[in-house]
Amino acid sequence: MGRMSVIEAPEATTPQEATVRDRADVARQVRLVVTFGLSTAILVYFALAIEDPQVTYILGERVTQEFRPKDLTTTWVSWLAIATSLVALVLAALDRYPRRGAGLALALLVGVMFYLGFLMWAYTDQAGAFQAAIANPIPGTMRIATPLVLGALAGCLCERAGVINIAIEGQFLAGAFFASVFSSIAFTSLAFIPLALVAPFGLLGGVLAGVGVAAMLGLFALRYQVNQVVLGVVLVAFASGLTSFLLGQIPGDRKATFNNPMILDEIRIPVLADIPLLGQALFEQTILVYLMFASVAFVTFLLFETRWGLRVRSVGEHPKAADTVGIKVNRVRWQAVLLGGVFAGLGGAYYTVGSTGAFDREVSAGTGFIALAAVIMGRWHPIGATFAAVFFGFMWNLQNQLSFVDKLPGELLGAAPYLATIIAVAGFVGRVRPPAADGEPYVKS
Amino acid sequence: MSDPTTTEKPVAPEPERPARSRAASSMQSWLPTVKDSVAAIVLALLVGAVLIMFSTPRVIESLSYFFSYPWDFFKFSGIAVFDGYSALVRGSVGSGSSLVRTIERAAPLICAGLGVTLAFRAGMFNIGAQGQMILGAVAAGYIGFHYDLPVGLHLLLALAGAIVLGGLWGGIAGFLKARTGAHEVITTIMLNYVGRFVILFFLGKETFQRPNSDNLLSPPVNDSATFPAVFGLHLGVLLAIVAALGIWWLLERSTWGFEIRAVGANPQAARTAGMSVSRVYITAMVVAGMLSGLAVSMMVLGRQDPLTDQIAGSVGFDAITVALLGRATPLGTVLAGLLFGALSAGGLTMQAAAGVPPELAQVLQALIVLFVAAPALVRGLFRLRGDGQAVGVEAKGWGG
Amino acid sequence: MKLEIRGLTKRFGSFTANDAIDLTIEPGEIHCLLGENGAGKSTLMNMLYGLLDPSEGEILVDDRPVTFVTPADSIAAGIGMVHQHFMLVPVFTVAENVMLGREQTRGLGVLNRAEAAARVRELSERYGLRVDPDRLVEDLPVGVQQRVEIIKALANDAQVLILDEPTAVLTPQEIDELMQIMRELKAKGTSIIFITHKLREVKAVGDRISVIRRGKVVGTASPDTSEAELAEMMVGRSVKLTVDKDAATTGEVVLDARGVTVVDPRGHQVVKDVSFEARAGEVLGIAGVQGNGQTELIKSLLGLVRPAAGEIWLDGRNISTHGPRESLEDGIGYIPEDRAHDGYVGSFSVRENLVLDLYRSDDFSRGPALNREAIAANARSRIEEFDIRTETADSPVSSLSGGNQQKVVVAREFSRPLKVLIASQPTRGVDVGSIEFIHKRIIEERDRGTAVIIVSTELDEIFGLSDRIAVMYDGRIVGTVTPDIAREDIGLMMAGAHEPAEGGAA
Repeated sequence: MGRMSVIEAPEATTPQEATVRDRADVARQVRLVVTFGLSTAILVYFALAIEDPQVTYILGERVTQEFRPKDLTTTWVSWLAIATSLVALVLAALDRYPRRGAGLALALLVGVMFYLGFLMWAYTDQAGAFQAAIANPIPGTMRIATPLVLGALAGCLCERAGVINIAIEGQFLAGAFFASVFSSIAFTSLAFIPLALVAPFGLLGGVLAGVGVAAMLGLFALRYQVNQVVLGVVLVAFASGLTSFLLGQIPGDRKATFNNPMILDEIRIPVLADIPLLGQALFEQTILVYLMFASVAFVTFLLFETRWGLRVRSVGEHPKAADTVGIKVNRVRWQAVLLGGVFAGLGGAYYTVGSTGAFDREVSAGTGFIALAAVIMGRWHPIGATFAAVFFGFMWNLQNQLSFVDKLPGELLGAAPYLATIIAVAGFVGRVRPPAADGEPYVKS
Repeated sequence: MSDPTTTEKPVAPEPERPARSRAASSMQSWLPTVKDSVAAIVLALLVGAVLIMFSTPRVIESLSYFFSYPWDFFKFSGIAVFDGYSALVRGSVGSGSSLVRTIERAAPLICAGLGVTLAFRAGMFNIGAQGQMILGAVAAGYIGFHYDLPVGLHLLLALAGAIVLGGLWGGIAGFLKARTGAHEVITTIMLNYVGRFVILFFLGKETFQRPNSDNLLSPPVNDSATFPAVFGLHLGVLLAIVAALGIWWLLERSTWGFEIRAVGANPQAARTAGMSVSRVYITAMVVAGMLSGLAVSMMVLGRQDPLTDQIAGSVGFDAITVALLGRATPLGTVLAGLLFGALSAGGLTMQAAAGVPPELAQVLQALIVLFVAAPALVRGLFRLRGDGQAVGVEAKGWGG
Repeated sequence: MKLEIRGLTKRFGSFTANDAIDLTIEPGEIHCLLGENGAGKSTLMNMLYGLLDPSEGEILVDDRPVTFVTPADSIAAGIGMVHQHFMLVPVFTVAENVMLGREQTRGLGVLNRAEAAARVRELSERYGLRVDPDRLVEDLPVGVQQRVEIIKALANDAQVLILDEPTAVLTPQEIDELMQIMRELKAKGTSIIFITHKLREVKAVGDRISVIRRGKVVGTASPDTSEAELAEMMVGRSVKLTVDKDAATTGEVVLDARGVTVVDPRGHQVVKDVSFEARAGEVLGIAGVQGNGQTELIKSLLGLVRPAAGEIWLDGRNISTHGPRESLEDGIGYIPEDRAHDGYVGSFSVRENLVLDLYRSDDFSRGPALNREAIAANARSRIEEFDIRTETADSPVSSLSGGNQQKVVVAREFSRPLKVLIASQPTRGVDVGSIEFIHKRIIEERDRGTAVIIVSTELDEIFGLSDRIAVMYDGRIVGTVTPDIAREDIGLMMAGAHEPAEGGAA
């Protein structure tokens, strides 16, 4: 017998990668065609449904001395939107739709144009005597997005370290409550605190409460290895029950002492605040909003450029590998969870000292869960999560603004941010890859 | 191939972890389980006692002169705690009517809790009982007060409506998870909020509006659509027992339950063994939603609660804690449901008689679940002994 | 550096994993630790590396007793370890993985990635370990990942390097390269503890061989001891190193794969235009280094992934679009490569796992209800027939040893009539007794007229079982050969060479 015998040896195979189009790619094309087809069709409907193409708009959020309504003829906007959407549709149908950055930019453009086309339809032909004007969406978006971003940062920190944090909502509630209490007490009882620091003192209360809930998360998740999804939900119930309970404990005549916080002042940054459209929304804000901006940069830098961040990510991805090079896995996780509590607590404080003042039951209205969705949609990256949070803030604000227009039922508008979350999590993101060890307690074997 | 040379039997050299037989282990593992649960409840009640103490003005005042006369603090604390908890007991099991109230509150908790349990066993975390209940309520209420039908049929149709609509609403989350991988925790929470706007939408319609009322409130269902009652207790509660038995049979004795448990424990292996993981996710969530629909029908068709946007109350959320405390087993869910039903019924009396806010019940529930989930903590505090096993609910990570 | 272990013992509950082990590693020697799966080698090394606390005994470095509470202590003492399952973070770059735990910073904890990359380059030049510090680890082939692991250990100035089953994932050529690296490290003064169960390798590279069996060191041997003697020391009885089988009586084509192409979720083609036939009564071995498309290929055969192109025919029927259930019902038996992941449900009882893909058949169900008596009876007979060592049929499978877990999977798949049996790594992590048993059953199945497809990265297994061998590289079948091919030649094919070295195409 020969040293070997080859039964079959395929002829020099030529790579056939180009000829085979995989299913995912086809599915992507189908998805794009359907999306842009729908958007084009809806835009055409909007354009045709407009009877009187006259609307007014203002550059500010509401009509003031500074911002007076201006007239706008919607026709050209509508058709420009249709044209944009149509271009994307044709590109997708011919399988010429750009990939990566360019594709994303085009999708964004179509999104913005769809928004404008929709606005034209929504604000024309208003029935009532009062004609609402199209207003600047940015200030409202910022207001709603601020706590979302802070909550999402908390989520990123925890989950990058491998601890699932569903309790952001609980951290919000606790943060909101104690921020209110701290600020109120500082005003009535702690005379040594200067007036200008009374509201910021509330932030301290929020941070402490956020860290407190985080400590419970850490204790049960890391020390006692309780299932983290279960734990998060229970912690939300706990924080919600506890804050409601404590709120009920404040007798009516003591409300002023315990739940009447001072609200943070807006600080105007000269020059920058004068930028049209954006300036006021971004640069005439409370210290909390500036803190939010700084936090995004800080967390991003921390996670990706520092020794601590490298270790956090390593314990979230492969805790055993981290352990084998001498990193104390649970200690790093504790640090990340507690630091996350700081941001979530700040986010919670927004709902009292950062905006409306007194604490009320369920004041955060489920936004903690939306912050969590932003974490996932942002692929566990602080910048991505920030964009996702801003998107949710935008949707929410749109719903607020449209409630002045009688064209859409209020209930549909009310449900819109939640529906948008479902669509975002299910449709656009699909199966994203979380940190590999997310939610797994680390036990030395 | 012939046996190689020796007759010595091959010995598995790997560590044989001690595998207790189930006959033995079921007894051994049940005792510490019950012990742990009782200890967790006691611990939660202790924390609750502290909350009661510090929510009683007299106790707080006595603190200001604690060092000169500490006895007052302890006396007033003792009185406050005793008043609170004795009201809790009286309000839950102290009389026939409080027992009725406990059972009436327990039954929907058990049904919705079974829905959470079932989803759990399929590896999913159903936080959507609330939304599923709301949708069920819309159907049951609409059929119940809008139509005039013969006695038995009317009840059956209203019940079926609640179950079907609840099931559909639950199925959405299952479908989204199966098709897109969207995590059910997020989708079910969002669907709860959406559900609230759905019922608000209907309550805004004239058909749903109670005559001569300014609130968003529907009329109660017609008498022909209500469960018959005995001693003031509507018999819909029996359906909770039927549901528990049914779910037990499904999980432990049926091929479908076999699939559910396999998918819940190891979806990859289930798929490799030819099971359709997607179908299990969808069907499990549909049935979970149906159970929520059944739960709310006991409120709408049993107690004749009118529809409001708060119809589900906290039952949807409490169902989760019920299922967790019940360790995701049907029997455990029934027991936990009875306990929380008693807490909830007693909480009302506690508020009326002792001025303790009803939210205390929610805090207690959360604490009980936390302590049950961390047996090591409770054992440490009570110096109990036991093996370090944690709660048997497997759902780690984001699940993909 | 001299490393000495005295009376080291590790107990888990009542089970003694390591029993009073004595071992001395002299400076600059390659000390082989030979033992079969589950003998306690990894336990021993984890104690040396500070991952486990010894129950008794002591460790001495240069004659001074030391205690290793964490890996950091061991690293500081000059011990480095290359784990069997790489301890690398896949989404980090090479440099990040190497720096992790001893990060180069610019002060204030800010990472200095440039310096870390420079360090990797320096080490890779000094020891001839080619790697690009800026690549993501998950994008590297396993052989390169292993080099990263070695660099990681060397970056910490390891003087004793522990290599835990390092050759399992390598081609024969890569194994040669690794051995060259080991000799070079030894020449530069590093001692090496080389853990393996492969006899050939210890003989090729070892200076001294310690054999470990059931937690005890049963003897020390020199590299010129014969393989049969080493095997007997390792297993405790004489072992047949080959599988007994008669020549195959081949029948009709049963399974026919035509141009199968599979694309993974990240969009890479992992199986590229693969065609082959499996005939009744033969064993077709699919050889190749892990990660060359074998996993995805057999998943597509069962219908766990849909091929992006190509067709699969079973008995003259196109089953390309069938899902797993239909394929199983069509008579495909499937033993997955990762049994804990795909093969059984750990929390289910042995009894339940034995019907995991049969529970719906008429034998085990009545309408919607499970037939519990039939399931119990089935468990009794399978446990008996396959000699599954379990306390009761009700014990969870996770409480069984690896070999018995695998027997549960094998018993289940063999308990219905099969047309094709697909077995991937059927004996991975399994003790020798179970290996012999499983091999015997596979051959019996072949002789019953089933087409058998074996995927294995262990060449010995491929050679022992196969009647024909298809070699996969980079998603393609680069050639189909008979088992009398020389090891070097199949090694070249596993590294991508189309033509065997000496030509001889038939």
